[in-house]
Amino acid sequence: MSSKTTGNVMAGTHFLMGNIACAEGAIAAGCNFAAGYPITPATEIINHLAKKLPLHGGIFLQTEDEISAISSIVGASWSGCKVLTATSGPGISLMQENIGFAVATETPLVIIDVQRLGPSTGVPSIGLAGDIVQVARGSHGDYQIIALCPDGPQEMFDLTVRAFNLSEKYRVPVFLMAEGFIGHMRERVVIPDASELSLVARTIQRGAGGPMQRQDFLDAAVAPMPVFGNGLKSHVTSSCHDEHGMRNLSDPEIMHKFITKPIEKIMRHRDDIIQVEKNYKDCDIVLVAYGSVSRSAKAAAELARADGLKVGIFRFITCWPFPGEEIREMAESVKHMIVLENNCGQLFPYIKAEAAHACRVDFIGPQTLGQIHDPEYVLSRLKEMVR
Amino acid sequence: MSRVEVTIAGLGGQGSITAGVMLGEAAVTYDNKYAALTQAYSSEQRGGFAATWVIVSTEPVLFPRVTHPDILVAQARDSITRFANVLKPTGLHIIDCDMIPETPEGFANVIKVPATSISRNQLQAPVTANVIMLGALCAASGVVGRKALEQVIVKSVPKGKDAVNLQAFDIGFKIASEQIK
Repeated sequence: MSSKTTGNVMAGTHFLMGNIACAEGAIAAGCNFAAGYPITPATEIINHLAKKLPLHGGIFLQTEDEISAISSIVGASWSGCKVLTATSGPGISLMQENIGFAVATETPLVIIDVQRLGPSTGVPSIGLAGDIVQVARGSHGDYQIIALCPDGPQEMFDLTVRAFNLSEKYRVPVFLMAEGFIGHMRERVVIPDASELSLVARTIQRGAGGPMQRQDFLDAAVAPMPVFGNGLKSHVTSSCHDEHGMRNLSDPEIMHKFITKPIEKIMRHRDDIIQVEKNYKDCDIVLVAYGSVSRSAKAAAELARADGLKVGIFRFITCWPFPGEEIREMAESVKHMIVLENNCGQLFPYIKAEAAHACRVDFIGPQTLGQIHDPEYVLSRLKEMVR
Repeated sequence: MSRVEVTIAGLGGQGSITAGVMLGEAAVTYDNKYAALTQAYSSEQRGGFAATWVIVSTEPVLFPRVTHPDILVAQARDSITRFANVLKPTGLHIIDCDMIPETPEGFANVIKVPATSISRNQLQAPVTANVIMLGALCAASGVVGRKALEQVIVKSVPKGKDAVNLQAFDIGFKIASEQIK
């Protein structure tokens, strides 16, 4: 077994559960504060971090519930820590108020959502991509977040590292949208040496003076973060504030900026944030998917091509901000998009809105919700559609 | 064979999932292959159903679900009821014949291993029944190398229990070897 631990990185080739790969990704990315409340199917992330973070000088806090977990990581982030919480849909529902707080205060943090079958408590151990819109639109108000969709244990590691890098670079909450199938699946995972990992740490405000002498917020170019504990005074409020962080509930222009600048901060950098995998050159039909289902899509496309059909694939690696331009570009060059999701069609309307002017757009759910699509089933449905 | 699909099933406490994890780990970390493992179990601590699905391949595993297994390792009657119907007709069936006395019908390749009685009576270690089955799987299929599995067994079992587990593996290996002669 080729395995060695350099610093905090468990470099080598492993047979790892997705949730463990995620926790190792967090450690490799430099996470030094995590808080959470155990919930199936995310518990292994919590357990692994509880065991390993203290060995690397970090802190793990088991909180009394998910509301406390998100509150704790918001506070720890403002003290300069790289922070994470891991949960499932029911936990995300509880966290939504303070997710909004983190958005409003431009707080970098990583939230792992190992989605499970719902609504409500649903089924703990069965994965379902049921939170894919909730994480983008679940808290009140108008805002934008970043969300990434791993397709297996390798990306549970890789995209956890990327989630930390994006959250630190842009001072925003970043979600990793895993689901029970991937969280509990074991697969070959190659973890690179620490020297091969590219890590990003936030820019910290070093400017002296009070908040009024600095711009700590509402900067589309990403203002340095005035973390607590290094001598600077700052003002942090989730209520409408100006670029100094000072509360302002009377000036309409500041209200406008309070909403638009954090959105602009993400959208201006969309090309750096959005990643998609596409393979549809010369294809008439494209299977569009994300997460575990994208593996069904790839297998189905292989079957279809063996059958003489020109079928390609498109995979969201980043699902928020929504890759609308990439969908529009694809719609101009293909005849038919078929969206596969392990739900009843959550991203389907967003895809259709960008594509339906130029090509046909259909949806195929799995035969049984919670079980990712059987490629042979996808092929048979596809043939019915194009008949 | 570039892709082999294996189902290992039994009752909670028999170590079916542990056996699957050892199989996948041996494939990936010692045999330099690819593997994907998924699992399911009921909520009872012991006695409910437990199953794992392992795909071993020389290529990266594209679709990670087992749909038509090449091999079914069955440690309980319940495993036959649940999973035998999707086994390929030419598939290999390895059963613990202490738990499943009647030979399942309609399958050409059935290997019978009295793993439960051997682990209890001969080895005085009931928890090694899954490793006996793993030995039989190794001999009958060659899906993963013997050396790779033995290395994973030594690494995985509690300290001081490696000798009895290696013995269990060897017994299973020999029983299956004799039946496929």
